[in-house]
Formats: sequence, structure tokens, C-alpha cells
Amino acid sequence: MSSTEPEQPQGGEPGGYAPSVAERLAFYQRAGGIITPIITAVIAFFMGGLVVLATGHNPFKTYRAIFDGTGLNWFFHFGHHHITLPFTHTRVFFWWDTNANANASYNLSQTLLLTTTLILTGLAVAFAFRCGLFNIGGQGQYITGAIVAVWVGSSWAGMAKGLHVFLAILLACLAGAAIAAVAGFLKAAVGAHEVITTIMLNWIAYWVGSYALGRGGPLQNKVDISVPVSSDVVKSGKLPTFWGNPELQALHVGFFIALGALVVFWLMLNRTTLGYQVRAVGFNPEAARYGGINVARNYVYAMAISGVFAGLGGAMDILGWQYRLGVLDIQVSNIGFIGIAVALLGRNTAVGVGLAALLFGALVNGTSTRGLDPSVFPPTLAGNLTLMIQALVLLFVGADVLVLAIWSSRKKIGLGRRAASPPSPEGAAT
Amino acid sequence: MNTFAASMDRFRFGPRQVARLGIVLGILAFFFALPPIEARAYVVPLLVGLLGAACGIWAVTRGVGRIAWGAVTVGVLGIVLGVLATRSSGTHLHIVVSWGALVASTLVWATPLTFAAIGGMFSERSGVVNIGLEGMMLSGAFFGVLGADKFNSWAMGILVAAVAGGCFALLHAFFAIQLRADQIVGGTAINFLALGVTGYFFIQVYGDVGSPGNLPRIPNVNIPGLKHVTFLGDAFGQLNLMVWLSFVLLIVAHVVMFKTPIGLRIRAVGEHPRAAETVGISVYLIRYASVTLSGVLAALGGAYLAVGFVGSFNENMTAGRGFIALAALIFGNWRPFGAFAAALLFGASTALSFRLATYSDSAAVLFQALPYVLTLIAVAGVIGRSVPPASVGRPYSKQ
Repeated sequence: MSSTEPEQPQGGEPGGYAPSVAERLAFYQRAGGIITPIITAVIAFFMGGLVVLATGHNPFKTYRAIFDGTGLNWFFHFGHHHITLPFTHTRVFFWWDTNANANASYNLSQTLLLTTTLILTGLAVAFAFRCGLFNIGGQGQYITGAIVAVWVGSSWAGMAKGLHVFLAILLACLAGAAIAAVAGFLKAAVGAHEVITTIMLNWIAYWVGSYALGRGGPLQNKVDISVPVSSDVVKSGKLPTFWGNPELQALHVGFFIALGALVVFWLMLNRTTLGYQVRAVGFNPEAARYGGINVARNYVYAMAISGVFAGLGGAMDILGWQYRLGVLDIQVSNIGFIGIAVALLGRNTAVGVGLAALLFGALVNGTSTRGLDPSVFPPTLAGNLTLMIQALVLLFVGADVLVLAIWSSRKKIGLGRRAASPPSPEGAAT
Repeated sequence: MNTFAASMDRFRFGPRQVARLGIVLGILAFFFALPPIEARAYVVPLLVGLLGAACGIWAVTRGVGRIAWGAVTVGVLGIVLGVLATRSSGTHLHIVVSWGALVASTLVWATPLTFAAIGGMFSERSGVVNIGLEGMMLSGAFFGVLGADKFNSWAMGILVAAVAGGCFALLHAFFAIQLRADQIVGGTAINFLALGVTGYFFIQVYGDVGSPGNLPRIPNVNIPGLKHVTFLGDAFGQLNLMVWLSFVLLIVAHVVMFKTPIGLRIRAVGEHPRAAETVGISVYLIRYASVTLSGVLAALGGAYLAVGFVGSFNENMTAGRGFIALAALIFGNWRPFGAFAAALLFGASTALSFRLATYSDSAAVLFQALPYVLTLIAVAGVIGRSVPPASVGRPYSKQ
């Protein structure tokens, strides 16, 4: 209850409940470049492997099977192959097999589906983070976006196709922005810590969603009232697909929308006044305030934009491949939470988020019942292995000090001979 | 003479007392419409509730903050709920409102929250944010079942649960205190780690069969004389041992936190660690101990849920209760009795939501959002404001 800063409303401890992550943020941005995320991921996978080994499975075979399940092996079918030239019947030599691995191509399309959403939920965390706010509410914003998308997509039939999809996406984004802006507003107005408010908003979204789609709820389908699932999105509300069979969750154009969102994220942060202000507030709110930046307004904007990303993620899933939303979907989904790991591993940068989303998308898909070969490793175990790896990534990403210490002690454990080229991160650690 | 005046002063009927009276009237407004009194005329709750709200408004004009607004809110709620109750059918009312069972059920749902919230209080009062309560609770639930099963004793189950929760908390403490990692990231990681570890080992150990049906359960405490007393018998006659333990914990936690040197040290470390260090308190030691204790207590809450109440484990069985406990802690303003009151409120809302299904399935589901909305209102400071310990969440580096 110390009142050191007069401009903080009531109970004015600097930063409120848990200091703003801003101070650490500057450190995150400086420390270690790409080295620490890579080490973090390696440590996490290594420790996951130890758990696999300790419980009597072969970690190498397990990781190999998970890798095959991701579909990323689609890229590695090199060798002596023949393909049919388009529009002819001529078969010619080609170094890359494109036909013989339908399974891998299907798995890859599923990995990219997850990557699409993870990019967006990752950006939702990352954007707020750049403003010094920790948005744990990605999950709630994602659910809100999904609910609105399924409502618009399934009910406003008879609209022109492009318009319908556009409206559904737009309203989902706005809904995500609205629920996120509540947390931003409370932070700006009374200094309520965004972690607490976003956690509460997550659960509010969870229960409101369970109510709306549940039995007797306003969005439940009218055909079979014993099943707590929404009506299907009508044809004009679906996003076009371009890879795979639309009946079996084909990859949709949302993938490119997500890639576009990465570009928008970068442009917005680095090439606009808003982005400049957001970053300034993120680095040091006091200095930003002193420099004439309206910190409170930036908190609201940053949260709202984060909510747009997460809400867009929800819309992509609904309009792209899910086409309906059930109570169970809401209750088991944790894609918004994985976004936290994506953003932190990707160091809240556009490229980093893209790569981390691919990593986690691959991991989630590779350990799913669909992707993983159950004769090598039971997928039920593997799903939990994913959670553990994700947790370890979070733990070590939060502890750069440790990771950097391990890295800087590499010479002592004899790994340092070929590691002279990367920029030394030790200076940043101090 | 002076002492007499002072003692009279303590019983003075000031605005604060009027506000409390307003809250009581608001509750009564609803209560009159329910069994056993069951007034069927809507005027009764309306008048009583209005009186309560009026008390609140009067107290607001006399400068009483939180309680007075609380009285206004409770009064209005009492009117709304009371009038609704007079208009609902009598049989429904009797199914939903059987006071003894309702109190017992409230205590059942409140107990895990109480354990975890009081655990969280120790951690946060010492200056370490504990978002990982959920995970620690979940680990308590699983390892409680594992211990009870393997050692064939519920006591061992509780012990194993406490150790497991303590280990997760120690991990959180190591990253938060020693490595000065972000405590919120760390807590989130603990939640995922516990979810992964318990899920993994649950399947590894029990496979598709699930935990054994003949698990030794934490016993209920049967109070012989109480069994046939109308209300008390239903409410307190057959409570689980852990429920009674939670009452003990509540009092012990309050005494330790506010009446002993240890509690003073914990609070000092949470408010101003540098000052505490200056007078010779080991900040790291206090924080390590507090965080570990928080994990142990949260795990006990989880163990009660799995070994005491349900009698089995399933993946992610705590289902967000750790977060409700966190909410109760904040709603209760980081105090044991406040947290307990909030836990009771949230427990009652859970207990009621099961019964409200008599009226409407979907409304009962929506009702479960109530704890989170209330907490959002509490941190927003509409009705008073929850003020956290000053240094919570700030890593401390020794000089």
C-alpha cells in the first residue's frame, strides 16, 4: 500500500498487482537474440525425452514418430523419383517426390491449420506484450471470436458469399477486441492488473459460451436439441480451401490471412505512430508518459488490437474448417494458452511468432491421435508430453538468466570450439 | 469514566453498522420468500429489500464505502431474487432450497477453494504471485489418488499430495526467486506442467481403466448427537474431515499471519523486501517457505477433491478451481477470513448452479460465470477496491 507514485489511482503501488512486465521486456528484447529460444526449445525437448525414457519408451523412436505425424517429412522425400508432367502422360525424373506421400501431405495440411490459429493467438499475446501488458486472455478472446463467427456464419444465410465471410470475420474481430479492451480499460482507468482481469474474462467467455451453445442456449442448433452444438456455418460463410479434401479439414485461405497478420503486426509496430507509442509504453511507461504519450489510451488500444488477432483466430477456425462450435470444443480448447508459449518463444517478434507457431502447430498435430502412430507411442501420452514440453518452454523462456548461463558456460562443458561465430549474448545478460 | 465512554463508543450505532444492517435486510428479503417461511406475496421481499437498500444509501451519504455499496447491491438483489421466488412454483422451491443440504454442499465446494486460497495468500503476501495454484491443486488431486491407492491409506494419500504440491511450488519458487524469472510466466508454466505430468502419469499408471474404485477415502466426521437435529444435522452432521480441517486452517492462518512474528515477517517481505532485509529478515528464505507452503495447501485442496469428495481422478479434474481460488483470494482482499467468505460465496454459487438446473439447464450453466464477474467487479474497484501487497510479483535481488 505504499503510495510512491501520485499518478497511479488508489493504492498506487508502481505497476499495481505484479509489476508491469515492461521492465523485463527490454531485457527479453536484448538478451541473446535467437540463441536463447533455440536453447530453450532444445532443453524442453530434451527433458521431455527424459520423461519418455524414464517411463520405458524409446525417446528417439517417439520423436521420430511425432515428426512423421507432423507431416513435415513431406519436404524431405528426396531421391530418385518420377512424376507426371502436368497436362501430359510423360513421366520424368524429379528429385522430390510429390505424389507418393498423400499421408504426409494430409498431416502437413493439418499442421498448417493449427499453425494458422497459433500465429494469431500468438500475435494476440505478443502485441500486448510489446506494450508491457501480459495478455493471458487470448483464450477468452479466441472463444469470443469463434462464438460470434459461428453465430454470423450460421444464421445470416442468403447473403453474398464475399460479404458474408467478410462480415463474420469483421464482427468476430470486433468481439475479440471488445472483450480484450475491457481488460485494457480497467488497467488504464483503475490500474487493475491485466493478468487478473484477463483470467476472469477467460472464464466468463468459457461459461457464457457453454451457456450459449449448450442445451437450451440461444445459439444451439434447432435440429437435434440433445446435442450441445451450434448450427453449421452456411456455404456462403465458409472460407475457400485450397489444399486437401474440404470434407476432411482442408487447408483454407486463412493460412494466408495469418501470414498477412504477421506482416501487419510488423508494419503496425515498426512503421506507425501507434506502434511507436505502444513500444515506448512497453519499454518504460513513465518515460513514455513524460514524453507526452497517453499511456492509458495505448493500454486500451494495445489490448483491443490483441483481441482483434485472437478473435480473428477464432473466426479462422470456425469459417475455415470447423464450421460449427460445440460446448466440448470450448471446454477442451487451449489454443489461446499455447499462444502464450508461441509469443514468448518467438520473443514477441513477427518472424519469431511465425516460427514458434509452426513448431507448436507441428508438435500439437504430431502428438494428436490423428498424426501419431499408436504402435510407437500412445497418442494419449503424447498429448500430455506436448503439454509438458510447452510448460518447460515457458519455464525456461521466463528464465533467460539460466539459459544464458548455460550458454555462456558452454566452453566449460566442451561445446565452445565451433561456437565462436554467433554474437555473444553474455553482455546482454548483465 | 473514560473507559466506559470508550466501551460505549465501540457499540455505537454508526453508519457502518447501518450498512451491515442493510446487508442483513437484503438477505432477509430473499430469505422471507424461501422455505420455511415462504411468503407468497411479492410485497414482502420488496419492502424488506427496499429498507435494506435505503440503509445502504444512507450509509453511503455518511461516507461508508464498500460495505454501504454492498448493502445497496444486496438489497436490490434481495428484491429481485425474492420477487422471482414468490412467483416460482412451490415444489421447485423445495427442491432447490433445502437449507441443510445446501449448506453442506456449499461447504463441500468451498473447501478446496479455501485451502488453495489460503495457500495463495501465503505466497502472495510474501510477494510471489501464484498463478500456478491450479496446477498445484491438480497435482495434489492426482498424487493424492496415487498415494492413497499405492499405500492403501488415505492419510498417505494426503501426505503424497502435500509433497507433490510442495515440489511444484518449490519449482515455481526456484524460478521466481532464485532466477528472478517472470512469476506470471512461471505460474502459467506450472499449470501446464502439472496438467501434462498428471495426465501423462495417470495414463501411464492407470491406462484406460481409470483410478481404482475401491480407493481409500478421507472419512466423514459423524457427529452422533447432531444427526436428528433438523437443520444442523443435514448441514454439519456428516462433513468430511478435510472440511473441518479447513476451518482449523482458517483460524491458524489468520493467527499466524496477523498475530505472530512470522506473519509480520511474511507481510514485511511482501510489502517492502529491502526494508525487511535491512532488519535482518532473509527475504529468500521467507519467500521460499511461503511459496512452498502455498503449494502444499493448494495440493491439500486438490487431495480433498479427489480422495475425499469424488473418490477418483480424471484428467484436468480441478477444471479451473485454482483460478476461482485465486479469485477468492483477491475478492477477499488477501485476508484469510475474506478469502474464506469469498470461497463460501463461490462455493454456494456452484452448489446452487447444480440445483438451479431444476428451473433451466442453460441458466444454471450461465450462473457459473458469477464468481468471475464478481471478482472482475472487485478488482475494478466499483465496490471498494482490492489492494494487493505492494511488492507482489517483483523479483528481489540481494545487494
